Amino acid sequence: MNFKKGIKFLKLTAVFTLLIFWFSGCVSQKPKEKLILLTTTSTYDSGLLDYLLPDFEKKFKIKVQVISVGTGQALEMGKNGDGDVLLVHSPKDEEKFMKEKHGIKRRWVMYNDFIIVGPKNDPAGIRGDGAKNAFKKISEKQTLFISRGDDSGTHKKELSIWKDISRNDAWYIEAGKGMGDTLMIASEKKGYTLADRGTFVSLKSKLDLEILVEGDKILLNPYGVIAVNPDKNPKINYSAAAKFIDWIMSKEGQTLIANFKKSGEQLFKPLYGKSIRD
Amino acid sequence: MNSEILFITFLSLKISLTAVFIASIMSIFLASIISFKNFYGKKLIVNLIHTFMGLPPVVVGLVLYLILSRNGFLGGLDLLYTPTAMIIAQVILALPIITGISINVIERVEKAIKETIISLGATTLQGYIKIIKEARHGIMIAIVTGFGRTISEVGAIIIVGGNIKFHTRTLTTAIVSETSKGEFKFALTLGVILILISFFVNYALTVFSASEEK
Repeated sequence: MNFKKGIKFLKLTAVFTLLIFWFSGCVSQKPKEKLILLTTTSTYDSGLLDYLLPDFEKKFKIKVQVISVGTGQALEMGKNGDGDVLLVHSPKDEEKFMKEKHGIKRRWVMYNDFIIVGPKNDPAGIRGDGAKNAFKKISEKQTLFISRGDDSGTHKKELSIWKDISRNDAWYIEAGKGMGDTLMIASEKKGYTLADRGTFVSLKSKLDLEILVEGDKILLNPYGVIAVNPDKNPKINYSAAAKFIDWIMSKEGQTLIANFKKSGEQLFKPLYGKSIRD
Repeated sequence: MNSEILFITFLSLKISLTAVFIASIMSIFLASIISFKNFYGKKLIVNLIHTFMGLPPVVVGLVLYLILSRNGFLGGLDLLYTPTAMIIAQVILALPIITGISINVIERVEKAIKETIISLGATTLQGYIKIIKEARHGIMIAIVTGFGRTISEVGAIIIVGGNIKFHTRTLTTAIVSETSKGEFKFALTLGVILILISFFVNYALTVFSASEEK
């Protein structure tokens, strides 16, 4: 009898605890102005946003919700109005996005550069080459190449370098994943890949890869910030998006970007609104 | 870091448990109707439920995203990137599992004790209640299975939730993003927490139902 009572008591306690914990989250969610930032995995995975955003959030009392996906998906979500501001890196698509009136207020924020990385013994012999030449050699020697294959800014850049170089073969693999995962795969399989410097530097210690090609002009990687056109949907928070853009383009924002370092290396260089496309 | 782990863990539990709770109530109701009533197309419906038990989460996530998108059919509700959207996704995934297994259990119990109940002079409704009571063990297993699906699910909730830090990041979605950042240790820690939670919730649910035995 007593045992039964004990069990009943335990059950009641369990249910009670559950109820408390159920509603606990609801109370703490104060209505605060929020800004949805659609961005690419490279800005997020490198840690840049975790470093930048607290300053902005404190100053304007706006909570930034970061959704990090590929540039392709970010732009598509922007078209659907599922976000307020974009931070992406694919100038051609950004221009198209602007032309189709999906966005307003676009600025050149910063840039980093792409690099071609590969195994230390460099089986295709591309070390120190130009990007285009390096890809040609990889194609001729048919050495393993891992492509992002996810319609991201990096993937688009890669395709623009390949252009008409043939690569329809088993040595060319599409990972369909983010930069971190793709680098991991390249490292495991001893293949080449095109990476943004930021992600590579932050993962360097975990990879068995080396920078083989860098500094080529075609490898520059500019990031743009775009406010989603508020005409798309009344719920789009344009005023917060504009504040964010003004802030990240201000001296304060740009200096913060310049000061962001990982393993002692500067990952992004501020552009102060200057275009680097020729 | 610690407050983040705590938040992530609580959110995971909250979302999966809420989803399983809602799905269970709907499932028991659905399973009873389907088991007790004979109607045209019953076989087809049962077949469909069994098919949906293996619904691919990413597809559920994508379709739900398109519906909840501000441009979508239910865009006005402003549910995208909220825990509520994640709960909806998980209810959709858990519902067929719990319903499917429950139908099996209830039908088996019905076959076994229907005659006895009728011979004892129970009304139809009393009979139904008795059968469901007898089937509660099997139904509990269905619920536990549903919970296993929701707590470990990632494909749907990462799309509709957006994996936003301190808002919609759960154990599974955090494991995905931490892995792609190369933070294997952190990801693995979260993985261990996930397994422990799974163990304790299953244990609690089993004890809960076993104690009803006597």
